[in-house]
Amino acid sequence: MTANPPDRATAESVELRIPRKAEWVAVARLAIAAIASRMRFTIEEIEDVKLAVAEACTNAIQSADGADQIEILCETDDTQLRLTVANRSGSGVAIAPPPIDEDEVRIDGLGVFLIRSLMDDVEYDAGPENGTRLVMTKRLAS
Amino acid sequence: MDIKVNVRETDGETNIVELAGEIDVYTSPKVKDALGELIDRGVYNLVIDLEKVRYIDSTGLGVLIGGLKRVREHGGTVNLVCTNPQIKKIFDITGLVKIFGIYDSEDAAMKASV
Repeated sequence: MTANPPDRATAESVELRIPRKAEWVAVARLAIAAIASRMRFTIEEIEDVKLAVAEACTNAIQSADGADQIEILCETDDTQLRLTVANRSGSGVAIAPPPIDEDEVRIDGLGVFLIRSLMDDVEYDAGPENGTRLVMTKRLAS
Repeated sequence: MDIKVNVRETDGETNIVELAGEIDVYTSPKVKDALGELIDRGVYNLVIDLEKVRYIDSTGLGVLIGGLKRVREHGGTVNLVCTNPQIKKIFDITGLVKIFGIYDSEDAAMKASV
């Protein structure tokens, strides 16, 4: 959920659709980084967004389904960047943070854990009708 | 986008794996194969130099964790060289700083491997 309603006067959106293939994830993250760099985000925050969108795309690729495309909707206004990453499938990954300790390392779920750590808000749907959908928001410092 | 892997042998038992580029879902299999090849040859002490790595994601972390697990089965170690703040931040967030030795230079990582 967004903390602030978007300012309609400055709201803009960009849609990107990439093949659901590993080699296209770099294109998605660079495109989103370019959009984030047009806002007032710091370099570190842009790197956060870049990693988060790549992780979301990787999740979409690794979920076992027949979807062949990943859709990325990028909505910006003067307060935040909101990204929706979706594929047309009925499966996804668990969103719970993985336990990381010296003896028991779980690799599964690390990507979603990173997304939750790097973004301000994260929502995740994996319904059979709507496909896998991850919505994440990064707010600009006020 | 690509990753370059350069393996250097040293006088001791440790090999240095120098990575350059971006490690993501597309390029990480190449890193996995390179580490797997070394471990299959009986090299269980590795220094992985990330100084020329501009980007790493969870699949890259997964490959490093997988390599560490394999060498530990043989009493080996994986030490990392990394000073890039953004990449170090990812190791911090995920708690992997507790699992890998992370050093500022190859020399320091090599000394820790002995």
